[in-house]
Amino acid sequence: MKFLDEYRDAELAQKFAQEIHRITTRPWKIMEVCGGQTHAIVKYGIDELLPKQIELIHGPGCPVCVTPLEVIDQALEIAARPGVIFTSFGDMLRVPGSTTDLLSVKAQGGDVRIIYSPLDAVKIAEQNPAKEVVFFGVGFETTAPATAMAIYQAAQKGLKNFSMLISHVLVPPAIEALMSSPNCQVQAFLAAGHVCAVMGYEEYFPLAKKYRVPIVVTGFEPLDVLHGILLTVQQLESGRAEVENQYVRAVNRAGNQSAQDLVKKVFKVVPRKWRGIGEIPQSGLGLNEAYGAFDAAPKFKLTDCCVDEPAECVAGLILQGLKKPHECPVFGTRCTPEHPFGATMVSSEGACAAYYRYRRQGANERVGAL
Amino acid sequence: MCLAIPGKVVSISGDDPLTRMGRIDFSGVVKQASLAYVPEVNIGDYVIVHVGFALSKVDEDEAQKVFQYLKQIGELDELKEPAP
Repeated sequence: MKFLDEYRDAELAQKFAQEIHRITTRPWKIMEVCGGQTHAIVKYGIDELLPKQIELIHGPGCPVCVTPLEVIDQALEIAARPGVIFTSFGDMLRVPGSTTDLLSVKAQGGDVRIIYSPLDAVKIAEQNPAKEVVFFGVGFETTAPATAMAIYQAAQKGLKNFSMLISHVLVPPAIEALMSSPNCQVQAFLAAGHVCAVMGYEEYFPLAKKYRVPIVVTGFEPLDVLHGILLTVQQLESGRAEVENQYVRAVNRAGNQSAQDLVKKVFKVVPRKWRGIGEIPQSGLGLNEAYGAFDAAPKFKLTDCCVDEPAECVAGLILQGLKKPHECPVFGTRCTPEHPFGATMVSSEGACAAYYRYRRQGANERVGAL
Repeated sequence: MCLAIPGKVVSISGDDPLTRMGRIDFSGVVKQASLAYVPEVNIGDYVIVHVGFALSKVDEDEAQKVFQYLKQIGELDELKEPAP
């Protein structure tokens, strides 16, 4: 596939790896923010191509993983009600709530439908005027323009039977929260390329300056990730802390203005709780008052309850880069993708699921160790 | 979740900028995507698509730069090879 396959070339990947080896003189800890990058790194064995001094820390950029348990419980409560069609991206269906998951609700007769685009949910609402159609609006800045458009179009069409359970999160406040933590060991960031395709990377300049960390906007293919790491190590080795853009073919500094405009029209910035991390100020999106009628939480009179995470699950520490999946006592034994304890084992972008899939079953898709 | 893949715009329908749709070819698999956020895109352009929305147009010149850079690294390595 054009603009994909050529970025998976093993020989060229080795060239990047050799260059990283050549310039690395000291240990560095680099966090890849996005779960998509974590998946690529573990799938292609990119971390194994790097010098031993470079440690990749897997960040919290997996929306499925950071959606709080109580929001999953709210989704389950809505989905189980008669007269409701509950729509969601596929990867939310296996995420465990306190007692069950959406897939089980579906198996018990709940009308739970996997959709590709939030606009599909709007279409389902138009086709089913006697039903309440709810979309589970999770995601980072990449997904927000799509959910914003679904709300906007539903409002334009005057739909009364459409609403959204929203748990949208934002990347820069999470980086800020990680950096300001006293436990933070991260010395540089690979910023998430597709988040920046929407938002640009203006927001990262103050963060790079304040915390003296290089931030490199990076794509998702093996060559992108290796190139991003090379640019990061070049900065670290020369004592620079700048914002750079590796993913120039898809990202410009200002981002996508029309997408940002609609997101701003429909949503406002709100505090948001992150599963495993806790509440981060100004780190989420909620509906603006003008679109409040589309908010599923008040519509279904949901209560905000607090639920405890399973005590054995260390997902919170993994999401902050303080532990690796295989350091968890239940990893791969009692906690598996079929029976996950925590969300990092559920989503294919979660660090635990990526380690389980690729670090246990061989390395046939890796670009090859040096 | 932020998975977005590049595809080629093969046709465009609709005049209203907010509901403009494109058929996008992902190496043989053709899917509809909203072009609301990429008003500058024309047939034949490559776009990055996420959950049914084109989010940005692929800059084809920039896409080549990484390979030029790698070529440069390779040439430098050759210069560094000790003479026979």
